[in-house]
Amino acid sequence: MFNPESESMPVPKLKELQLERLKWSVRHAYENNAVYQRKFDAAGFHPDQLKTLDDLRRVPFLTKHEMREASPFGLFATPMKDVVRVHSSSGTTGNATVVGYTRNDIDTWATLIARCLSACGATEEDLVQVAYGYGLFTGGLGLHYGVEKLGATAVPISGGNTDRQLMLIRDYGTTMLACTPSYAINMIDFAAKQMPDFDFRKTKLRRGIFGAEPWTEAMRKEIETRMGIEAFDIYGLSEVMGPGVSNECSAKQGLHVFEDHFLVEIIDPETGEVLPEGSTGEIVYTSLTKEACPVIRYRSRDITRTYRDVCSCGRTHIKMDKVTGRSDDMLIIRGVNVFPSQIETILMEIEGVEPHYQIIVDRKGTMDDIEVMVEVEEAIFSDELKVMNALRDRITNRFRSVLGISAKVTLAEPSSIARSQGKAQRVIDKRR
Amino acid sequence: MKITQLSVFLENKPGRLQEILRILAGASINLQTLTIAEVTDFGILRLIVDRPDDAYQALKAEHVTCSRTEVLAVALDDSPGALYRLMEAFSKRELNVEYMYAYANPAQASSIMIFRFDNLDAAQTALLEEGIQLVPRSEIHDK
Ligand SMILES: [Zn+2]
Repeated sequence: MFNPESESMPVPKLKELQLERLKWSVRHAYENNAVYQRKFDAAGFHPDQLKTLDDLRRVPFLTKHEMREASPFGLFATPMKDVVRVHSSSGTTGNATVVGYTRNDIDTWATLIARCLSACGATEEDLVQVAYGYGLFTGGLGLHYGVEKLGATAVPISGGNTDRQLMLIRDYGTTMLACTPSYAINMIDFAAKQMPDFDFRKTKLRRGIFGAEPWTEAMRKEIETRMGIEAFDIYGLSEVMGPGVSNECSAKQGLHVFEDHFLVEIIDPETGEVLPEGSTGEIVYTSLTKEACPVIRYRSRDITRTYRDVCSCGRTHIKMDKVTGRSDDMLIIRGVNVFPSQIETILMEIEGVEPHYQIIVDRKGTMDDIEVMVEVEEAIFSDELKVMNALRDRITNRFRSVLGISAKVTLAEPSSIARSQGKAQRVIDKRR
Repeated sequence: MKITQLSVFLENKPGRLQEILRILAGASINLQTLTIAEVTDFGILRLIVDRPDDAYQALKAEHVTCSRTEVLAVALDDSPGALYRLMEAFSKRELNVEYMYAYANPAQASSIMIFRFDNLDAAQTALLEEGIQLVPRSEIHDK
């Protein structure tokens, strides 16, 4: 454990710490940010009224929509001179949300990532290849600072460049891989096809920390078997901090939420009512220590369950189930849960550019039918038919291996995907 | 010596080719030849025009996916087996033709073939060494 005292703190003491920090956080948001102040006032709530953890229920929720409205800096609670970095959400379903970090926030974040890495069994001896994208996206830099905080060695290769990724795994003796689960599978497929003498099992790779998108136990099994490693889930949202809000431990049954920094509630997504521990519903986050961008009762739209058990790893922090999806954009195709974000990730990896695409779901007889139209931009356009056909086949195969469904892939002209107000409608579900 | 070809991505649906021709006509582009390679749901339109850069800009402005590709144009003398002898020369040099098509050239007795090679520079050098006549840019493009 990276912070044994905090991570295995007895629950009553942990709740005491949470209350103390919650009081600070709610007051900080109220006194230093106009949006929060207006919201709290409108709801008739004042930070002085917060006496117990349950009093949090009197505080209004913060929605994704409100965060976007406040973008870029409207929810900052510190002066810009104290903000040392910004990141942005991918903004897949609307405008991106911008989040800021003070020096302390960056340090907290690095510490939490170090805890995550440590929960996967990493030590300062590890060589961690960070194959998340570096940039506005929180994945790359988030993991990077955590690796350094742990004292392990960061290999900041960023995403893409798969042949190079594999060469570094082999030549540097990378022991741990950090990337999206679908990119890990992409590496496996690439090695199998393009580098027949590359054998993951002959490398020093032992563990992987995968996140930034929902993934299944089937994908875990595939990655673990084919790479010969142990695969762990890391979870987070850029709005709340980035990766490192929660992480799996050696038990690989649920993710411990770092409760000394985040307070979680589960609510009924329809009524907003708080549900008892152990219920499944929408998870709501309140930051307890964030300075630049405090989030108070942020409705994540992520559906999961939280519960407390006596975990074999010794951590006392509450657990959440692996998040299998967002409440608002999941598609169920032939019984399989599919998220537009997964499709987007696959296209992004294959094309190397942010794709324009449209998902069309229909029902033919009793069978669900999914078609993905992918716009052909000049960057991926080749004037040879065989190259274009190969591109389409590659996308089709990736959908099958990552999503577990076969989708019809259609290459389309940029003009054929209708846009409303400049933004493409990502999903057309004709079954409804 | 290389010729600039325009390649356009087209969905196979009615009216798309006309739309491209409309855009080019609007930019006063003179079409020398065109060919379409297609599979069931999409195709690639290949064009040789007098002002390829202007044509490219005009298509881009209308959000058409297109690219400029370098090709070689070879004049075939009007004699039996001329194309055969040319292909022989290619295979002797191990030059791999990605695709080829004829260039309509009614004004002249000889006909012109357009070739795309995987390694265009090597192909150009080899053809020159073989003494095969390449059609200069100035004969096809305005500038
Ligand atoms: Zn545990």
